[in-house]
Amino acid sequence: MKEWPVWEVFVRPRNGLDHRHVGSLHAPDAEMALELARDLYCRRGEGSSIWVVPAEAITASRPEERESFFEPLEKEYRHAQHYEIPPEVKGM
Amino acid sequence: MTATNGQLFEYLLRLGDDALILGQRLCELLGRAPEIEEEMALANIALDCIGQARLFLSYAGEVEGAGRDEDALAFRRDVLDFRNLLLVELPNGDFAHTIGRLFLVSSFKEQLYSGLCGSRDARLAAIAEKALKEVRYHVRHSGEWVIRLGDGTEESHRRMQQAIDLLWPYTGELYTPDALDRAMAEAGIAPDLERIGPTWLERVEAVLREATLERPQDGWMQAGGKDGRMHTEYLGHILCEMQFLQRAYPDAVAW
Repeated sequence: MKEWPVWEVFVRPRNGLDHRHVGSLHAPDAEMALELARDLYCRRGEGSSIWVVPAEAITASRPEERESFFEPLEKEYRHAQHYEIPPEVKGM
Repeated sequence: MTATNGQLFEYLLRLGDDALILGQRLCELLGRAPEIEEEMALANIALDCIGQARLFLSYAGEVEGAGRDEDALAFRRDVLDFRNLLLVELPNGDFAHTIGRLFLVSSFKEQLYSGLCGSRDARLAAIAEKALKEVRYHVRHSGEWVIRLGDGTEESHRRMQQAIDLLWPYTGELYTPDALDRAMAEAGIAPDLERIGPTWLERVEAVLREATLERPQDGWMQAGGKDGRMHTEYLGHILCEMQFLQRAYPDAVAW
């Protein structure tokens, strides 16, 4: 039997919150992936919305490129706390 | 017209036993389903069924008033005392049979429970309302599979058609009313089977069409399960497994 493709599952715990990645599963197509996601990840009533995404549609960063990707030169000015708040600005 | 307690008891046994035996059948698939994801789905459905059985059978015990609770009714009755449809006691067979049976039974229960929501018996209406939410999902899950298998590969189509053909002669019992069904309908406790039967059939035919499956001709229909006249030989074997612990260790409370 041909193996079912992998789907990544995202669940929104309740309205107003973001969908969060909760895991993955095998399913023959998108509709069945939704059904099975409901059974695997929302069986105790968690969640108000589910997304399923074919895992192969995800482009991921490469672990071996971690340094150039995530540890660039010192760029503290990109952090907001680098700036001193002028005394005129109140309530921050 | 009002129904007697005895009639209501019998009718509740039908509802409870259908759910109990179907749930037990689905439980047999634990560790054997084709994919772990599907196994989880079927196990969830099985648990829903057992939950429904508990509600119907506890109520049946109270109506009977002879001191039998849900466990006594589930585990200490013999084959001839069961009132489930023949369709739910048939073996699981291959995956097409398992799913085909689940679809035929669940889609019928969807209609039945919808009708029971308006029952004059408030307790029964409340149980039906809860069960209806669950059974709608069972219909959706099994229906999606019937469509995929029917409209799938050459082999899946052939096996799905075979399953529907084999199960079809057991569907007459779903919608053909007997004296008890009629009495329940007249008393406003249950919906009229002759009314919900055609609706059920329409839904089933729509799914079969989408699945590119042929709707079998109505021929000789098997009966005898819900009135307890004659069960198939399979029911005794189900009870052997299901009731073993209670029979081997009656009233055991600690393990």
